[in-house]
Order: sequence, then structure tokens, then C-alpha cells
Amino acid sequence: MPTLAVERDALFTSLGRSYTREEFDELCFEFGVELDDVTSEREEADKASATKLSKKQLSVFSDSVIYKIDVPANRYDLLCIEGLSRAIKIFLGDLDAPQYQVVQVPESDMERMVVQQSTTATIRPFVVCAILRDVTFTQERYQSFIELQDQLHRNLCRQRTLVAIGTHDMDTVQGPFKYEARAPSHINFVPLTHSATQQTFDAKALLEHYETEPACKHLKPYVPIIKDSPLYPVVLDSNETVMSLPPIINGSKSKITLDTTNVFIECTATDLTKANIVLDTVVTMFSEYAAKPFTVEPVRVEFVDASSQITKSYITPQMYTRNESASVSFVNSLIGINITAQKMVELCNKIQLGPATLLDNDTMLQVTVPPTRSDILHAVDIAEDIGIAFGYNNIVKRVPTTATVGSEQPLATLGDLLREEIARAGYIEVLTHGLCSIHDNFTALRRSITSAVSLSNPANAEYQVVRTTLLPGLLKTLQHNRSASFANGFKLFEISDVVLPDDKHVVTETIVGARNSRKVCGVYAGPTSGFEIIHGLVDRIMTLTEVQPEEEYIKNSAKGLEEQYRVSREGWYYTIRALDTDDVNGHASSGTYFPGRAAEVLLTKPGVEEKMSIGTFGILHPEVLTNFDIQYPTSALELDLECLL
Amino acid sequence: MSEVVEEAILQHLSSPEATIEDTFSWAASKDLDHNSVVGSVKSLWADGYVAITELSTSSYTLSDEANEVVANGSQEVRVLAALIEAGEEGMTMPDLQSKVGKGVCKIGMGNCMKNKWAKKAGDKLVATKAMGEVSDETQDRLKALDAANGAEGVIDDKQVNLLKRRKLISLVTLKSYSVTRGAEYAPKRVKKAADLTKEMLDSGAWKSTPFKPYNFLTVGEKVGGGYLHPLLKVRAEFRKILMQMGFQEMPTNKWVESSFWNFDSLFQPQSHPARDAHDTFFIKEPGATVSVPEDYYERVKEMHEKGGAGSIGYRYDFKREEAFKNLLRTHTTAVSSQMLYKLANQEGGFKPARYFSIDRVFRNETMDATHLCEFHQVEGLVADYNLSLGDLLGTIETFFKKVGITQLRFKPAFNPYTEPSMEIFGYHPDLKKWTELGNSGMFRPEMLAPMGLPENVRVIAWGLSLERPTMIKYRIKNIRDLFGHKVEMARTRTAPICRFDDQTA
Repeated sequence: MPTLAVERDALFTSLGRSYTREEFDELCFEFGVELDDVTSEREEADKASATKLSKKQLSVFSDSVIYKIDVPANRYDLLCIEGLSRAIKIFLGDLDAPQYQVVQVPESDMERMVVQQSTTATIRPFVVCAILRDVTFTQERYQSFIELQDQLHRNLCRQRTLVAIGTHDMDTVQGPFKYEARAPSHINFVPLTHSATQQTFDAKALLEHYETEPACKHLKPYVPIIKDSPLYPVVLDSNETVMSLPPIINGSKSKITLDTTNVFIECTATDLTKANIVLDTVVTMFSEYAAKPFTVEPVRVEFVDASSQITKSYITPQMYTRNESASVSFVNSLIGINITAQKMVELCNKIQLGPATLLDNDTMLQVTVPPTRSDILHAVDIAEDIGIAFGYNNIVKRVPTTATVGSEQPLATLGDLLREEIARAGYIEVLTHGLCSIHDNFTALRRSITSAVSLSNPANAEYQVVRTTLLPGLLKTLQHNRSASFANGFKLFEISDVVLPDDKHVVTETIVGARNSRKVCGVYAGPTSGFEIIHGLVDRIMTLTEVQPEEEYIKNSAKGLEEQYRVSREGWYYTIRALDTDDVNGHASSGTYFPGRAAEVLLTKPGVEEKMSIGTFGILHPEVLTNFDIQYPTSALELDLECLL
Repeated sequence: MSEVVEEAILQHLSSPEATIEDTFSWAASKDLDHNSVVGSVKSLWADGYVAITELSTSSYTLSDEANEVVANGSQEVRVLAALIEAGEEGMTMPDLQSKVGKGVCKIGMGNCMKNKWAKKAGDKLVATKAMGEVSDETQDRLKALDAANGAEGVIDDKQVNLLKRRKLISLVTLKSYSVTRGAEYAPKRVKKAADLTKEMLDSGAWKSTPFKPYNFLTVGEKVGGGYLHPLLKVRAEFRKILMQMGFQEMPTNKWVESSFWNFDSLFQPQSHPARDAHDTFFIKEPGATVSVPEDYYERVKEMHEKGGAGSIGYRYDFKREEAFKNLLRTHTTAVSSQMLYKLANQEGGFKPARYFSIDRVFRNETMDATHLCEFHQVEGLVADYNLSLGDLLGTIETFFKKVGITQLRFKPAFNPYTEPSMEIFGYHPDLKKWTELGNSGMFRPEMLAPMGLPENVRVIAWGLSLERPTMIKYRIKNIRDLFGHKVEMARTRTAPICRFDDQTA
């Protein structure tokens, strides 16, 4: 969510009203923005400084109150003080929504931007332009103008990749303007960053300079957008003056100053829709300061091919004001209110959707969507705004009346019931992360690195893969709790998912190439290995899931009353088979266990021909213990749960 | 050993008037170790066999040096004697040392000079007093103390200090007891039992066995056994609540998703910032989705590019490559979307439904005390004809009442796939303040229409994290203490059952 920092007093002056912090907080809440923080430049400087600043050092910073306001991500028109105060004033009924107007200019007088389509298509195909006439800047207005561009660059323009804004003092350059892409060595100019020294760079050298120069580090993130392209985009005037090297930097020549009165705005883009939204936003916000407020002059953009033939053209800014309609009953029904059509018309004026009119015997509401409201896509957007104007907290609450039956996923039921039982058997439940390193998931377990779902861009370098086994999480938990008493054995378990590559698994007619697999994993660590204890847990899980041991498996065990009372599913059997821990090509988990002290669990169930291996258990290999820094002999089991459903 | 001593003590007290005046002397007389006598006396006293009075006797003991003074006279007198013997000539220091010994010489010389019993003449020392003119006070005092067995008060304090300073005597305090019969006296001791045993039951001895009083002010033994994880205890309650409310659980065991289901199907534009690499974990291998339902894909693409169902759409070029990028789901809504798609396309067509899930989601965020890269999302949604924002408000109200939160406020918010959207705020009875509880909204028609849901079917939904209510419930400040391998088992062992104050009950 973007945050706008505004000086409280300036905002209140602009609103023509004054509030306590609580009152303003309340207003924000109802309007749908959030007063996130109240601060001042001085406070921020104090917070940001590593060392304690003296009173004198702090006194250079202003202590006037700054409101930091969180703005919804789709309301680009609230990203500057002009737009925010305008919207609030309209919301409060203090101001009628302005009518934005593109000045009619005779075609012959219209400024032109000529686009070399063949070159720009390779890197940044679009441009849209507008001209603000007779603007009066002040220091504050100028600052806000710059900050709005920064906000838009950060948010809607996605760090200038989609759209980049260039603004120029129109009286320093000469139309018609040109937008082309040229070899970097053919672009030479004094960039805005070097106005003081008037140093000239070629584009390649300039980007290299920005990559390394600490003073220009704010520009470094944009360098990769064009750096490796054979051609760089460039905006020029008819005298070949470089106005900008989008999306990096403007030229010094056309720099805007407080004395600038005529502003030329160009937005170069890879996304034309977004470029128009950006341009409309800048224009609607700052045309307020034009001699004739809320007016703007258009520019014709002509695309020419290699032989200078015009292939297409359009006029910008679109300042797209359109009518949208929503039926009165739809709005009432969607929001759950019952207000009259006339009341809706009134509310529309509060939310910048005026003037609104009623059609079809007052059943249809037609609103005017100004260019500032690019977020309005559908009647639901109108309904939402009417809901906001009505007040969400004034809506009568009700509940859907259709009866439905609650239910749970069978796999969740099985997991939850087993969790209870395993905890009852003395195991402490843990909940560990699904993301881990290749080392923890394979190498530390003495397993060869096989395929796993791997991440392409983890912020945390430790997160390389999605786990294919729950064991590392449990072993790391043992490691972390090593100061606990192991005298009577330390028992942990987890029931959760691992993810395995699988390009056959279909969910909702979709194959992504991987599937979750639910596992149960348990460990015992203590003075002795606890192999029998873990083995006992295997048998317990089987008993609980109604699977009976094969005759051969239990013939050597004393048969207690348990066998007599056992309840099993027809045709469901299990047995244990020693794991060949010497066979490096054997079971994937062989290396994890101590030689000769590991087994796999084999399941027979109706409809399945062969016995299926559903997991392994055994004493962990001492090298595995060393890898996880565990001091006590440890045994572990890991079984697949889904096959026990 | 202790039984022998106890027996001797009880024996000694066999006549009612008999007493042990002082255990110290009594032990000496019986040739017993005093410490073991004291131990037995205290043990007998605890059971009321004897009554005791504590005695504290202090006395001076003479050091080895002091005993030599008693036998041979003080150092100063012995030095004087040697000097007198040497006559007027006197003696040199080395001669004197070899005559009386180095230690005696050093102390004796000093005192002779101080007392003016001797003087220096060149390098020699000469006596100035005859033996008859001096008295050996040091020896006299020590002899007096020795005779009185070191008793206090025999010599005055000033003299005591003088002797102490010369390290000739030291004060020793002796703790002992005088012992008489106690209320429970018996000539033979019977031990009281600490616990009821099987042997007592078998023999019937429990009837005659006296039992020790029990100290109730100590905690009981740890119960042992296993323990469930706090977050999953809370999960169990939330599942119960949602099922009580008629919600059906969604199959969310699917962490790897395509961008198509995670974003595109929700009408989240392909250029949305949430789809940046710094928010979402994209997958290197398998990097791309293999297949999606193609008809539906086309309808979604159409909606993004051109709109439809009353929407103007986002008007950009929808890229298949972007839609097919695999990722770790950023929300369980990726599954909700599939459930709604199935609901629209099931045999017999759409039927109203309530769905819920509580499962893991992944965000490629910087981790801190309240953020991990993975957490659990609680999500509920209702699909029915002509639902309104009022239905959403009421459903959310019911849900939060079930967890004991009754005061709610709703703030307009923005979410790319819901419209209207609301943030839920509530007055939290544990925190005793207003706090953000979750997010909610009505799914956009642009999301529902391509699925094939009837036009007047609306879907309301809300979501929250499972970690935050758990952290509030179990007073956990750092999320790493809740989720992951750094959880202390002591915390899991101590966590109470999860109960919510159900305000709908």
C-alpha cells in the first residue's frame, strides 16, 4: 500500500478545515485511507540517525507535523496533497468535482511527437504527451509535482519498467518532438544529474556512471531496464536536443524550474493503457495550477515507419471521461441497503462520480467517471463507492440464509486424529518450515541430491527447495532444544506436507509439475537409540489406521490380548523389511540410517497388486547426527499418510 | 550408625528425669562423634521423641606457640635470660638468634626493646634488667586461661586482645544441645512412613503405620506424555467454528500453483506489484505449468484484455508465459478459485456453498518478529444468489463472535480481486484495544463470470492469518517462537488448551 507524507497544516489549509488527530483518523477510516503515522522531519531524522543527534543538529529539521497516510493501491489520484485534499473536500461536500478539459487546438497548431516505430518497438514502444500552459509553480507545488512522479514510478509504473514520466520546460525546447531508439554511443547530452557541471556523457558511459556513483544510487535500480539493449530510447526536440533518456534520466537543457510556466509531459511506456492512466493522473492533479484551472493542451503522437510514413497516430492526453451505469436495484442489492435513486445521485457527487443522472424511470443510475478514476471498471466499483459514501458501518448486518453442511477433508480428519493419538503416545508435536536448503534436505541426511521443487528468487538464501522430507525440521528442533533433558528420551513428531515433483498429477484440470504429499514423521533421541520405541510407533500407527500385521511378521512376537481384539480393514496388511543400507542405489533414504538398523514398511491393500513401500524407520547414521549437531543416538520414522486413508 | 546413637540417647533418657546436660560432653563421655549425636538428636526431635535446648559455648584455645610459652616462658623473657647470661658484654644479633632460635629472637627482641629490658650497644644487645626486676605476664595469663579450660572472663578483654593479636589464642564457639524427653518419648523409635505402599496393603501394616505429615506446598510431578503444538490447537478450534457455521473444508494440500490460478483467475493483472519477484516465490524447477483448462484460460485472458460481463477489463496484452509461471501460492484463494470454477461446472450446475480452509501460504518477504516467509491463512467464503455486503458483514460478525470478539468496524480497502473490499478491525478483549483482524470482500464479477457462474451469484469472502490470533492467545511476541525449529519445547508443554469465549452460545 503506498504511503503519502503530507504536512498536516498544509493539508488542513487546503481542506479549509481543522481536525484533532482522532477526528482526522476517523475521517480517514470512513473515507478509506489510513492515518498510519504522525511524525515530523525532525523526528524522522532523529530516528534515522545511527548516533544521537544534538538539539542543534536536530534544529535544522522542521518540526511541523507530518501525516503519513496509507492510500489504497488503485487510487493513484490520492498520491499527492492536491488529489487527496480535492477528494476529501468532495467527499465532505465542500467542493464540486472539477470538470477536466482538453483545450481545443487547431490541428495545424497542435504540438506533435513523432515516434520512430521501427526502433522504439524493440525496447519501449509507446509514448503519450500533454502540455500544461501558464502554470504557476511555488516551492511546495514543485516539490509535490516531483513527489507525485516518484510515487507513480514506484507503484503504477512498477519501478519505471511499464511507464516513465519525463517533464520539461517547454520554452527551452522546440517542437515537433521525436521519440526514437538509438545506439547508446549516438546519444550524447548533459543529464539532469550534472546540470551544475554541464558534463556531457554518452548514454553507455552515463549508465556505467550511475551503476557505480554513490551520489546517483537512486538511479541505479533502473539501469538494467535498458542497459543491455542495443538501442536506447531517447526523446529529442527538433534541434536534436536530448530531452530524456527514458526510463533513466532527463536532459539538463529542458529542466523545470520554479520559473517554468509551460510544461511538456511525455510518458514512455511498454504498456499503453498504464501510460494513459499515468499521464491523466499527472495532468488532472497539476492542471489545478494552470492559468485556466483543470485545462490541458493536447499533443498528437504520430508513429512513422522506416520510410517516414505515418502508420498510426493518436491524440493525448485522453482525459477520458466516460459514463458508466449501474442499476439502482443492483447497487442496493450488492451493498445490502435500500436507498432511493435520488439519494444515490447525491452520494455519487461525494465520491467524484458526479454528475450522476437517472435513466429508465429512475431504475438506472448513470455516473460520470472522471479521468482520475481509472479504478472504475465495472458497476461493482460504482456500488462500492456508494457503499463507502453510505458508510460501511451503517449497513445492516445479516447472514446468508441458504443452509449448507459443514465438512472436513478426509486427509485432514486422518491427520488430526493421528496427531491426538501420537501426542498421547508421548510425542511432542512440532511445526516446521516447508522451505529449506539443499544441504539440510539431502546432503546432511546422507542422501544424494535428487529432484525437488526449487525456488528461483528466495530473499533468504537458506530457502533453496521445498522440503521432500519432514526429517530435517525435526532434527533441527532437537538441535535447538539440546539443553533439554534427554535422560528419559526426547520424542517429537510432525504431520505435514512435503512437495514432490510430479508431472502427471492433475488438480482442477491443471498440471503444475508437483504435488503435495502428507507425511508423518517421528523421532526419538536419548541415552540409547530407541529403535524399538520408534518401531513401536510404526506398529501403533498401523493399529490405529486399521491395518493388521502379516502373520510372518509377528510370528516371533508374544501375542497379547491386543492381537485378539485388533480391528482391521479387510485385506489391509503391513510388514517390515530390512533396508539394505549398503546399497547406494537402494532406497533413497538408506544412507540416513545406521547400517543394518533400518527397515521399510510395506503395505498391502485391496486393489493394489504389489506391496507398496510407505516409508522407512531406523537408527540415524552417526554422521547425520553430527551434521545436525545432535549429541544423542536418535531413531526416526517417516511414513506416507495418504496411502493409509 | 545413626540407629546406635539414637538408641543410646533414648536409653539415657529412660528415666523421666534424666537429661543430657550438654551433648558435647555427653558425646565425649560415650566416645561418640558429636556431629552424629547432634544429627540423631534433631531427627528424634522432629518426631517429638525428645525436647531440646540449644547451647552455645564459647572458649579460648591456645595455639601451639602459646603452649610453648606456658611450658618455657614468653619469648621476651627467654631473650632477656640469654642476654643476662651474656653479661655486660652483650650479644650480637646472630649470636642471640643461634642461642634462642630465630622465631623467639624476633618476637622476644622486639618486646624487650619495647619494655626497655634491653638496649643496643654498638652492634650488640645488652640486658638492662635483672630477672628479678621483671615478671612474665604473658606466660601468667596463658597459664591462667589454660587452667580454666579457656573459659571466657578469666582474663580481661584488653589482655585477651593482646594475646589474640600475638595469635596465641583464638575464640571457638561450640553449638550443642541439652536434651530431655519429648512428648512422644518412647524407649524404642518407630519410623513414620512417607507413602502408602503395596506391601502395607498386602500386610495390612497401613492400619498401624504412622504417616509423616505431607508438605503440600510443592508442585506435583510433571505429567509426561506428549503435547500438541499451540498453533495447531488454535487451528483445531477455528476449523470447529467454521464447520459449526456450515463451511466445507477445501482441499488445500497444494503448495505449488500456477500464476494462472494464483493471480490471473482472480482478475489480478499481470503487471500487479504482488507478482514481483520480491513478494512471490517463483519456482525454478518445475518452472512452468504444464496445462490449464484451455477454454477457461481463454475466457480469463479475454476478461483481462477486453473485459466483459459489464467490465471494461484491464486493456493490456495478456501473456501466456506469465500465466504459466509456477510459484508457491501466496494465498489459499488460489484454491478457492478452483473450488468456484468446479462449483460452476459441476454436474447439475451451480449450488450455493460455504467453503473454508486453513493452510500454509508463502511470501518472499524479509522476515522479522511478526513475519515469516510462510504462514497459515484462514479463509472462508460463501457463494450464493444475490449475496450482499450486508451478508459479508453478518458472516464476519458471527465468526468473530465465536472467538469472543463482538465489537467490529469495517474500513473501505482495496484488493484487486474483491469489490467492495473491507479491512476488519475489532476491539480485542485480550489486547484491550482496537486492532486489525483481517481482510474481506466480494469477489469481482470479472473473476466469477469466466468461471461460468450465473450472473446473480455473488461470492463473499474473508481471511486472516492463524499466527496472529495464536500469538495473542499464547502471549508470544516473536513468530519464530511459534513456527519453526526454534520453538522451545517448554513452551509447547506449557500451552493451555485453546478456548474461545463463544459469544453466540
